Amino acid sequence: MNEKSKSKGISRRKFIQGVGTGVIGSTVLLDTLQAAPEKKGENGEHAGKQLLFLKVNGKTVRSMIEPRTTLVEILRNHLHLTGTKVVCNHGECGACTVLLDGEAVYSCHILALDAAGKEVITVEGLLSGEKLHPLQQAFVEHDGLQCGFCTSGQIMSARALLLKNRHPAEQEVVEGMSGNICRCGAYPKIIESVLAAGGQR
Amino acid sequence: MPRKIVKSKYFFEEDFIETIGEVSTEKVKDWGPNSQLKVVGKSLSRIDGYDKVSGTAKFSFDISLPNMVYAKTLRCPLPHAKIKKIDISEAKKVPGVLAVLTYENAPKIPWYYGMSFLFDPHLRYEGDEVACIAAETEQIAVDALKLIHVEYEELPFVVDAGAAMKPGAAKVHDAGNVVRGEPQIYKRGDIEKGFKQADVVVEDTFSTQVEIHNPTEPHCSVVNWDGSRLTIWDSTQGVFSVRDAIAGYLKMPASKVRVIKKYMGGAFGSKLEAGKYTVMAALLARETGRPVRIALDRRAMNLAVGNRPGSVQKLKVGAKKDGTLTAMNHYSYGAAGAYPSGAGCSRPFRTLYKCFNVRSEEYTVFINTGRGRPFRAPGHVQGTFAFESIIDETAEKIGMDPLAFRIKNYAEVDPASNRPYTGKLLRQAYKRGAAAIGWQDRKPAGSGSGPVKTGLGVATQIWWGGGGPPAYATLKLNRDGSAHVIAGSQDLGTGTYTFIAQVAAEVLEIPMEKIQVTLGDTAVAPYCGSSGGSTTAPSVSPAVRDAAEQMKTKLISAAAAVLEIPGNQLVYKNGIISVKNKPDKKLTIANIVRRMRERVLLTTGARNANPSGYAINTFGAQFARVEVDTYTGRISVKKIVAAHDIGRVLNRKTLENQVHGGILQGLGFALIEERVMDEFTGKMLNANLYDYKMPAIYNVPEIEVIIVSEGDAKISNTGVKGIGEPAMIPTPAAIANAVYNAIGVRLKSLPITPDKVLMALQG
Repeated sequence: MNEKSKSKGISRRKFIQGVGTGVIGSTVLLDTLQAAPEKKGENGEHAGKQLLFLKVNGKTVRSMIEPRTTLVEILRNHLHLTGTKVVCNHGECGACTVLLDGEAVYSCHILALDAAGKEVITVEGLLSGEKLHPLQQAFVEHDGLQCGFCTSGQIMSARALLLKNRHPAEQEVVEGMSGNICRCGAYPKIIESVLAAGGQR
Repeated sequence: MPRKIVKSKYFFEEDFIETIGEVSTEKVKDWGPNSQLKVVGKSLSRIDGYDKVSGTAKFSFDISLPNMVYAKTLRCPLPHAKIKKIDISEAKKVPGVLAVLTYENAPKIPWYYGMSFLFDPHLRYEGDEVACIAAETEQIAVDALKLIHVEYEELPFVVDAGAAMKPGAAKVHDAGNVVRGEPQIYKRGDIEKGFKQADVVVEDTFSTQVEIHNPTEPHCSVVNWDGSRLTIWDSTQGVFSVRDAIAGYLKMPASKVRVIKKYMGGAFGSKLEAGKYTVMAALLARETGRPVRIALDRRAMNLAVGNRPGSVQKLKVGAKKDGTLTAMNHYSYGAAGAYPSGAGCSRPFRTLYKCFNVRSEEYTVFINTGRGRPFRAPGHVQGTFAFESIIDETAEKIGMDPLAFRIKNYAEVDPASNRPYTGKLLRQAYKRGAAAIGWQDRKPAGSGSGPVKTGLGVATQIWWGGGGPPAYATLKLNRDGSAHVIAGSQDLGTGTYTFIAQVAAEVLEIPMEKIQVTLGDTAVAPYCGSSGGSTTAPSVSPAVRDAAEQMKTKLISAAAAVLEIPGNQLVYKNGIISVKNKPDKKLTIANIVRRMRERVLLTTGARNANPSGYAINTFGAQFARVEVDTYTGRISVKKIVAAHDIGRVLNRKTLENQVHGGILQGLGFALIEERVMDEFTGKMLNANLYDYKMPAIYNVPEIEVIIVSEGDAKISNTGVKGIGEPAMIPTPAAIANAVYNAIGVRLKSLPITPDKVLMALQG
C-alpha cells in the first residue's frame, strides 16, 4: 500500500515529482502546439493549447487543452464523465480519485498533460455495459455510502487497493482507504463493503 | 377519505413552528411491531444505490446544459471593510467574460432580514460577496476575478464572541453586538430557593468550538430562464423553501420558479436556505440569456455558508444527597457571525431531567465571521456536552453512579410543559446500553495503572424529531401493475427514496422493484417541508402510507366495479384482489388498470396533525469506551454503544448507517474539528480540508446500534421519529465523560486535543 501514496503528504510530493516529469513528457507533444502563448484565443482561453492523447475507460481521447487543465477537468468538462467529483480541488479529500495506470491518484491534483499516453479508469469504467462491477455491487449491498458524493472516489481507492491486495484484512482496508473523506461518516459500512468485495466476509 | 384542515405544531431545527395543513381524520390500524411487517424495518439496500455507485447519479453539481456559462464570486479578503472604489473595466475586457455584477450595477435586493443586500458595499466578514462574474469557462471567470480592482476602507473588527461582548469592542452593526440587544431568558420555579435546598452545588464553565459543515458537494446551482419562467437545479435540503425564497428575492410569482434536486452531496443543515449564489446566477442568466452554473469553492464553503456557533457555558447545578436535582442555572454566549442566527444551546438543559427550579440566560452576539446556520442538532450538541458533563460532576460529588443519578432525575413528563410524552423509553435505552458497554465494570475515575488508561462514559440525548404536516405523497398506478410515488421531499443520503418505496410496498403488498419514487421537484410534487430537524421520515412516511391505504381501498372498489361484485366480498392480498371463497376469481393491479381502460388510479396522502397535549421527543443514551495515552495525550475511542428510542425503524441498514454518521460527526466535534480564527487579521486560518480536520476512516470505533422502540402509535400511522440528529447529540459528552473516567481530570473545552489532555494532566 505504500506505493499507492494515498496519504496526503506523500501524494503532495508525488504531485510535485509528477509535474516535473510531466513537463518533460509533454515536450514530446510540443510539435503539435499552435504556439502563441501570449495571445488569447477567441473565447479568452489561453491560445497556447496542447494536444492531449489519453486513454479513458478503454477509449482513446484526443483533445486540445490548455496546459493548466487538470485531469478531473478533462474528465468532467470535456468527456462529461461526472461520476468523478470535485470536493476540495486541492488533493485533500480523495473524492476525485481515479486509476492512472492502475494507481489511485487524485485527479484534481494532476495536470491532464501529465496523464498523456496513460490509461485512466474512472468509476464509470468499472461498469460492463449497464452491469455493476462486483465492487460496486458490494457498496450497494453493504450500504457503503450515504449521500453518494464521495462514493466514486471511495470505490476507485478500493479498486486500487484490491488490485494490489485481493483479500485485504480490515486494517489494510483502513490504511488503503485513509485518503478518502466521507463527511456523512459511512466509514463502517465502507469498510464492510470493501471487505466483502475482497472476499473476507 | 375524510379530511380536515387543522393547526399543528412541531419542532424544526431551532424552534417550534406552527403549520396548517390538510390532514386525514380517519385512523388506520396501527402496524404493531416490525416483526409483523414484511418490508418495513428490514435491512434493505437503498434503491438509489445503483445510481450512486455507478457514477451516473446526477447531482446538481453535475448538471450541464447546452450553451451553459460559468459564474464565480469575488469575496472580501478582510473581516470588516467598506468598498471605497471598485473597478471592473479590466475584468470586463477579458475575452469570454459576459457579465459582471457588483453593488453598483446589481438590483438592491434586501438580504439577512433587511440588514444587508445581495451586494453590499459594507462587508462584514472574510468571504462576504463583492462581485460575481459570468464567463464562457470557469477558468476565465477565475482569471477575470483577479482583474477586478477593489479599494477597501478597512474597519475595526472582532472575531471572538467573548471579545465582542466587552465594552468598547469593535461594532459589527451600529446597534451593538448583542443580537436583539438582550439575552434570551428562560425560567421556571425559583432557583434561589432551589439552591438553598441543595446539599451540593457544582459550578463549572465549558466551551465549544465553531464547527464547519463542509458537506462534500459544494453549494451550487444551475439556473435557466425560459422567458419569465426560471428553472433551478440546486443543492438544497428544501426545494420548496428555495422556490419561495428565490421568488421573493426576484419579485416573481413562485409558480414561475421550478426547483429540482434529485441527489445532493451532504448538507447537515447548511443547505436549508436559498443562497446568494443562486440569485446571482439567476441575474447573470437573465443578463446573458444563457444558462448559468455557479458552484462555491472549498474556501468559500468554509467561510460563507454556515457553521455551528461556538459556545461558552457557565453552569450551576444543585442536588440533594439522595441525588434529587433542586436547581440549575445556565448562562451562555455564542456568536451568530456577522448576521443573525441562533447560538443558543440551553434546550437540553431545560428539558432533559426533572427539576423544578431552572433558569437560563443566553446571549447571541455578532462577530466579523461568516454567519452560523443550523448544524445537525443545533444547540443540542454543544449544550448536551456541557450539561451532561456537569451532571457527571454532580453525581460524583454526591457519590452516586452517573447512570443512577440520571435515572433518579428521570422526567416522566416534559419538565418544561408538564405534558406527557407520546412515548419515552429512555430507561430501556440506559439499561440495554449499559449492558452492551459493560457499565458494571466501570472503575473509579483515574484509577487505572500504566500509561494508557481506559474509561467509560455515558450521555443522554433529547431531541424533537416528530415531524408534522404539511407533507404529502402522490401515488399513481401504472398499467404494468407498478406504482409511482411522488413527494416534494428530499433524500440527503438518509434513505428517503428507499423508505418511501418500502412503505408503499408494505401496504400494497407488491415487490419493491415495482415501486418508483420521484422526489425534489417543485413542478411535479405536492408540497413538502425542508429536510431538517430529523423530520423527513416522521413527516413523509405517514403521508405515503395514507396514499397507499387509500389506493388499496380504491383498488377494491375498482375491482368491485369490474367484476360486478360488492366490495365487501373481495379480499386484497399480495397485490391481487380475489373473491372470498372463490380464489380463482381474481384480478391483479395490472388487470384492473387495463380493464378500466387505463383510467388513472391516483391518490394523495397527507401527514396527520400531531396529537395535541403531548410532548413528542426522541430519547437515547450513548456509552463510550476510550483509551487515553497519558504520555502523548492521544485519545482513542474504542467503542460507542448507541441505544435510542426513535419510534419505528423503517430500514435497519440505512438507520445503522445514519447512526454511524452521527457518531462519527460527534467524534469529530469531540476530538478533532475546529475553525481557527486569527484574532490579529480576522481571517480563518484553516479554510481547507487539509487544515480543517474531519474524521477519517481510521477514527472509526467499534459501534453497536440498539433501538429500544417499536412504532410510537400516538404520533402517526407509521409511528416514526427521526434519527439523524439524535445520533450525534450525546457522542461528544459521552466521550468527554469517558476521558474523565480514564484520567480523573475533566476536559471542559472542545475539541479535546492531545495538547489539552497533557496540559490538564500536568494540572
